[in-house]
Amino acid sequence: MTRQAKTWLIIGAVFVALIVVRGMIGQGLGRVYVKRTDVTVTLPDAAAAGAPSASANESINVSPSAASTQVTGAPSSGTTSATSASTISWQEWKQVPPLEFIAAQKANPAQTEIALSWPRTIGLWLAAFFTLAIFSFLYADNPFYKIAESLVVGVSAAYWGVIGFWDTLVPKMFGALTPGLVKSLVQPSLVAPERLQQISMVFALILGVMMLWRLLPRGGWISAWPLAFIVGVTAGLKIVSHVESDLMAQAAATMKPLVVSVTDASGATNMWDSWWASVANVLLVTGVICCLTYFFFSVEHKGVVGGAARVGIWYLMITFGASFGFTVMGRIALLAARVEFLFDDWLWLIDPNHFRGL
Amino acid sequence: MKRIIPMWIAIIGGFAMMLSSFVPLAESAGEMFADVFNVVAAIAFVLGAGSLAKQHLEKLSRRDAGWGYSIITLGSFLITLFIGLLKIGIHPNPSFPQAAYSGSNDAEGSAWSWIYEYMITPLTSTMFALLAFFVASAAFRAFRAKNTEAILLLVTAFIVLLGRTFAGVVLTGWFPDWASGLRLENLSIYVMQVFNTAGNRAIMIGIALGVAATGLRILFGIDRSWLGGGDA
Repeated sequence: MTRQAKTWLIIGAVFVALIVVRGMIGQGLGRVYVKRTDVTVTLPDAAAAGAPSASANESINVSPSAASTQVTGAPSSGTTSATSASTISWQEWKQVPPLEFIAAQKANPAQTEIALSWPRTIGLWLAAFFTLAIFSFLYADNPFYKIAESLVVGVSAAYWGVIGFWDTLVPKMFGALTPGLVKSLVQPSLVAPERLQQISMVFALILGVMMLWRLLPRGGWISAWPLAFIVGVTAGLKIVSHVESDLMAQAAATMKPLVVSVTDASGATNMWDSWWASVANVLLVTGVICCLTYFFFSVEHKGVVGGAARVGIWYLMITFGASFGFTVMGRIALLAARVEFLFDDWLWLIDPNHFRGL
Repeated sequence: MKRIIPMWIAIIGGFAMMLSSFVPLAESAGEMFADVFNVVAAIAFVLGAGSLAKQHLEKLSRRDAGWGYSIITLGSFLITLFIGLLKIGIHPNPSFPQAAYSGSNDAEGSAWSWIYEYMITPLTSTMFALLAFFVASAAFRAFRAKNTEAILLLVTAFIVLLGRTFAGVVLTGWFPDWASGLRLENLSIYVMQVFNTAGNRAIMIGIALGVAATGLRILFGIDRSWLGGGDA
């Protein structure tokens, strides 16, 4: 066994021992509780099919039933059941703080309305494992980190693919090309597509198929056509949006008065505030001009232009320093959130939201 | 033909988008092009997914180093895709109960939201949190106050960092009211509002001019490097 493997084994053993000890102290650790909600919905009659029924009747069912969160099952099946010819019902499970479960158990030990959710509890432990697996990279590259890294790639690729499918392809492309299918399965409120819309989506489909040609061993040049469309439309969009929101809007926002008069509630001029506001505006306008001078390479940076460019560099250095500080703070906030997740949600060592009544 | 047709597709698409912003009559054409663009971009995800699968399957078949991780990538990819595309465990939208797939993927308790909450969120946010250590480590090694510019960068970073923490408030909280502007939390706000705004504004103006120039070069067919094979 290598030295690194021994180190990992020792760290792992100590960690597991600490978790076992923590699990036996006080309220234990890492559990998720859910509350059941029964939803009954009236189906629209055949004549009104396609129109929104808007007759959802949500009610809390306190009668005893199997209390477990369902995360599998096909749509309209699994936990969904037809209660009569015109209504369907299903159960929804909302996460509740452990304190609510403790209170419900105290009031009625036989209650099943609030229960432990095994899928979510397993998820919580998996999330803790992934968090620690990624943090383990701080020591050295290791199989745990690589597993987490591989999962990020696989899950993220599929995630964005699914988002693109349901949010763009289904409503826009399938909604135009197969409106009947989309209307009956996904979006009954779908407005019938116009002829031009259908033609444009056929065009989009052809471009899409041409793009997928890249995966084939021959004829990769065919994918240059949809790529050209993306490049052209992006260029057209970006020219207008950047000129409008960055160039024009930012230039207009820089046109500020260099002498500002700040008045207080009584209407009198506050000299101190006025002076500071004026200095701020002068510094802002000067800074933008000097930075732009630094970016202007058609004139040699000598004399007045050189001096302005030098001041521009100072401004840019301050900007980069501020951006650096801001980025580090953002990352530290994320780090704090992950540490809070481990100590609060998983280990139940802290309770900032008083979810467990600590 | 392999270069001329794509170039004209780019020119027509680009000018149609630009015209739709200026000519009210062309507005609907612009919306149509934007819809086509969105659909083609969404299909690009399929291309990306196909490319990912192809690459990892090749790695698996060749038994390259780390092929076991390719199984994890492919497995997680296929499972997530299956759950997301079939909306596993999603109930219909109560407004449209007759449409089996009308429910949102984000519904609480669904398999999709489970993947998001317990896999995507911890994995991605921890990845970004990890950067805090590397950024701090890199800064410690690279930041040297050897000239005016470096001193400005260093001092500003410290002001912004300290100004947004409790330590900054404690360090300069004793400053009298007439010098409250020099307290780190106020100084940090002043730096962000004046100097940082000025610098960022100039950068944004520069980027806008660069984007407009590059875009016009593409739309007028002057820049053809994106077609591959040089500028010719």
